[in-house]
Formats: sequence, C-alpha cells, structure tokens
Amino acid sequence: MSVLVLVENIEGQFKKKSFELVQYANHIAQSLNTSTTALVLGDSSAAEMEQLGLYGAQKVLHVSDSRLNNLCGKAYNKAILAAIENTAAQIIVCPHDTVGKSVAPQIASKLKAALVTGAISYPDLQNGFVVKRNVFAGKAFAQVALNTDKKVITLLANSFPVQKTGNPASVEALNVSFTDADFGIQILSTQKVSGEIPLAEAELVVSGGRGLKGPENWGVIEDLASALGAAKACSRPVADAHWRPHHEHVGQTGGTIRPNLYIAIGISGAIQHLAGVNGSKTIVVVNKDPEAPFF
Amino acid sequence: MKILVCISPVPDTTTKIAFSENDTQFNTQGVTMVINPYDEWYALVRALELKEADASNTLHLITVGKPDADAVIRKALALGGDEAIRIDTDSNDPYVIASQIAAYAKNENYDLILCGKETTDYNNGAVGAMLAEQLDVNYISFASKLDMNGTVAQVNREIDGGEQSVSCALPLVLSCQKGMAEARIPNMRGIMAARTKPLKVVAPVEVSALSQIVSYDLPAAKTGVKMFTIDQMDELVAALHNEAKVI
Ligand SMILES: Cc1cc2nc3c(=O)[nH]c(=O)nc-3n(C[C@H](O)[C@H](O)[C@H](O)COP(=O)(O)OP(=O)(O)OC[C@H]3O[C@@H](n4cnc5c(N)ncnc54)[C@H](O)[C@@H]3O)c2cc1C
Ligand SMILES: Nc1ncnc2c1ncn2[C@@H]1O[C@H](COP(=O)(O)O)[C@@H](O)[C@H]1O
Repeated sequence: MSVLVLVENIEGQFKKKSFELVQYANHIAQSLNTSTTALVLGDSSAAEMEQLGLYGAQKVLHVSDSRLNNLCGKAYNKAILAAIENTAAQIIVCPHDTVGKSVAPQIASKLKAALVTGAISYPDLQNGFVVKRNVFAGKAFAQVALNTDKKVITLLANSFPVQKTGNPASVEALNVSFTDADFGIQILSTQKVSGEIPLAEAELVVSGGRGLKGPENWGVIEDLASALGAAKACSRPVADAHWRPHHEHVGQTGGTIRPNLYIAIGISGAIQHLAGVNGSKTIVVVNKDPEAPFF
Repeated sequence: MKILVCISPVPDTTTKIAFSENDTQFNTQGVTMVINPYDEWYALVRALELKEADASNTLHLITVGKPDADAVIRKALALGGDEAIRIDTDSNDPYVIASQIAAYAKNENYDLILCGKETTDYNNGAVGAMLAEQLDVNYISFASKLDMNGTVAQVNREIDGGEQSVSCALPLVLSCQKGMAEARIPNMRGIMAARTKPLKVVAPVEVSALSQIVSYDLPAAKTGVKMFTIDQMDELVAALHNEAKVI
C-alpha cells in the first residue's frame, strides 16, 4: 500500500504544479500511514528529480525513455501500471492537465478503480473516501465517494498552497519494456506558446472580451499582463472571432481557471463565462456598465 | 469507414442549478436537455463533414440514457447520421457509461469513435479515455483538428502550453474540442428525415458504479462588490494589495 503521484515533466524540470501534487499525495499518504512515490516519465536529471522529495516524495521512480517526453497513451498506461505494481500503490494522483486527464481515466478503467477528476479537496476519510470537485462547470460542487480499494484522483492546480517540508528523495530507475504498438501515436510537430505563463496554473490572469472592440486593442491587455506577470485569457466570442487563440478561451466551453486575481476587461460576465472563472479568489471587472452580469 | 459519435444529453447551459432530496439529487424539474456542446459542435459536425466527403462512411450516434434522452438524440439525428443507438440506463459514474458504450461497440468494429472533451454537467472528461482503454485502441485527447489520410488519422491536439500534430492509424478514439468544426443549425429537411431514421434501444449490460456523488452544494453567495471609478485607481491597487492581498 502506498500513494503514487504522476508529476508533470516539463523538459526535465518540475514546476509548482508538480510540487503541489506531491504535497497533496503525501498529505493523503500521511493520513493513511504510508509513503509517497513520485513517478517521472521521460528525460530528467537526478538533481531535478531529488527536489520532489522536498515536497514530500520519499522516493522517485524514473522511467527514462525519450519517447515518453511526449504523451503517448498506451506507453504511458504501461509505465504507470508498472509503477503501480512496483510500489503496490492503492492511490494514484495525477495532474488535472492534458496529460493527467488523458491517462488517469484509462488507468482507472484498467484497474476498475474509482476515479475523481479535478479534485479540489483532500479526501474526507471519516465516511469512506470522499473528495470534493466542481460540477456544472463551476456552478456547484459535488462530494464524490470513491468506493473501490484502488482510487485514481486528478488534482486541479492551485487548490493548495505549496510548502517545503521534506528532504531530497532517492531516485530509482524503473525499467519498462515497450513495444512499437505502445507508440502508435506519432508526433509530427509541436508548437509551444513560448514566453507565456500557462493559463491553467497562473495566479494572476488578465482577460479581455468583446468590449475591447478588436484585436488591435489587445496592447492594453498585453501590457497589463506583462507588468503583473499574469497569464492572458479571453471570452468565447473573442476566440470565435479569431481575435485571440483558442487556448485563451475560458468559461463553460473553454478552460476552467482559479487564479488569485482575475481581471476581466470588457467582459460582461455571462453565466457561461462565469462558469470558468468563478473559482477565482478576487475578480476585478473593468466595465462601463454598472449593471453588467458580473456585478 | 465506420464512425461512432458519443452524444451526451446535458442541461441547457443557462439552467439554474438546484438540488433536491437533501442536496443529493440534481433537480431536473423544468430543465431543458440539449446535446452536450462539445459532442454537437465538434464531434458530430466533424463526423458529418467526413461523411459528406466520402458517402461510403457510416455514421452511428450513441447515447446512454433513459427514454427522456430520445428528444436529444433525434435532434442530433436532425443534423445527420445514419442511425442512433440508445442504451437504456443512466449514471453519473463515467465507468458505467464507458462500459455500456464499450459493450455495444465491441461487436460493431468502429474505425473511429468521437467524443466531446467533457460533458458540461459532470465535467468528468473521462468517458472517451475509458472507452479507448476498454476497446484496447489508441486515444487522443483534446483534438482540435482531424483529417483522414487513408486509414491514418492526422490530428492536432492541445498539450500543456501549446499544440501538437500527431498521426495514428485507425481504430482510434478521439475527444474533441474547439477548432474541430463550426457549429451547424439543423434544417427542416434534416428534422423531417430524423423522424424516420432508426433509433435502436439496447438493453444495458450489468456494470456497477465505482464512484457515487453523495451530496452537492452551491458556491457561497457573492460577497460585497466594491465599485471604483476611473479616478480611484490608486485605491483599487491599494485594495488589491492590502485587503485582497493578491498583488
Ligand atoms: C452553450 C454556450 C456555451 C458558452 N460558453 C462560453 C464560454 O465558455 N466562455 C465565454 O466567455 N462565453 C461563453 N458563451 C457565450 C456567453 O453567453 C456570452 O455571449 C459571452 O461570454 C460574452 O462575451 P463578452 O463578455 O466578451 O461580450 P459581451 O457580452 O458583448 O460583453 C462586452 C462587455 O464589454 C463592456 N464594454 C464595452 N465597451 C466598453 C468600454 N469601452 N469600457 C469598458 N467596458 C466596455 C460592455 O459593457 C459589456 O459588458 C457560451 C454561450 C453558450 C450558448
Ligand atoms: N451518457 C452518455 N452517452 C453517450 N456518450 C456520453 C455520455 N456521457 C458522456 N459521453 C461522451 O463522453 C464524453 C466525455 O464525457 P464525460 O466523461 O462525462 O465528461 C462526452 O463529451 C460524450 O461524447
């Protein structure tokens, strides 16, 4: 019995999202009197991986195969299942990001383990194993009971503060033998949005809507975002009109974010927009209409 | 090519969310059900385009739901598709839904299965991935573009902080999002044709739920909105710094 946590490997490095995950996993491990193992897939260095110990991982398992630098479903499943077997993990924690959302349900299905995606609380162990998550695109919360021995959780980023508590972890290699069939998905090209703060985990977000009148006026959004070190977002009509790229669109049919500060400029605050942002701790609305739905 | 699109009925996005029976049930009274936007705008429309490009493609739509889902599936058929299947059960546990679809799809040998990236009610984002695992086929999530090159799919997918083009041989399960296609409105001819298209009702297989929603609650009511005028920007910055402590 132990807790296994899949961390996000960003070109060999780990960021706040991963530290939060490890800390979350270790909190669960401590309440169950067991240990935490972090799993790293793809290239990284021992010096980087040891750091995961500072946030609570006693051990790091490393499947070092460069082909794992990109998400490839079947190979990821195989590696994660091997790690689960190696550590006798009962609880598997994954990031609620494009990798975690893709692999966690596959692992859960394979193990016939109960799954909760986008968790925002530690499990309540008083009445079984109950985890809180958003439903109805942030318009409500649900308490989900996971009724199987093995459990899979994806954690919504920015749900918990990150603290350094532990010591560097020991790193162990885990050998997994892959076949060509495990890499059925071939990577043709990758376009990274460079030099930008990823929206999903940003603490400060500056967002623009139709009130800005056109893409030529986005300078004010960019200036404010760069002055604050904030990520940029937008409302749906703005992405639909191709004023801004799709990945910036937040709301019911776009991304869900929960930054400390969300600055909405020229956005009315329609219910579908609010669905993606009402987890924000503070919202500043710049609007000429005091009756806008945001208020 | 044989295509399956998974259609989930969801409450209309303007629905006021309320709960009943001691906050353990979603209150469906007066709620209008619609096709999950991701399933309609992206998965279904892209599948229709593939069928329009090659008439030899077969297109099936599947819903796991009770008879009240029929109206939603007829609406989907009005956009297009050859036949619909409804598996006669309901659950908010994604494992149950995926297992039901997998049990049906196993005997049908679909080449391509399209899902939405998530439902707008329970937001699990899990059914497609579980379905792929149960059918033992490749799964590509968050697809924003799909082109067929013979029996190889070329897909653009979202990754953290960017986008990636990938290719994969069929069979394949995809979760679809923005970019895949543009929303369509059904026309009169489609609506009339949908009335006579086959809607097959299939008995569910035996599967138990692995998780269960034990209760719901609503976010705390908004507390005090503070208004600042254009000449009070210093006060705004001070409030963010000293009171909210966010900058
Ligand atoms: C099924 C469905 C799903 C949807 N999903 C989403 C979603 O995920 N995300 C989303 O954002 N929307 C979504 N929508 C659309 C949503 O209903 C709204 O139409 C949309 O959010 C409005 O965008 P907006 O606020 O930018 O534009 P508008 O509603 O047009 O608001 C513009 C605002 O700018 C203000 N303004 C104008 N000029 C100025 C000025 N000079 N200075 C200051 N303020 C100014 C106006 O007062 C107004 O409040 C969805 C709709 C449906 C039906
Ligand atoms: N009841 C259902 N019937 C058919 N397909 C479904 C159902 N629920 C979910 N799906 C499909 O799975 C996708 C992801 O749903 P979910 O995992 O519930 O967020 C949806 O966009 C649909 O394509």
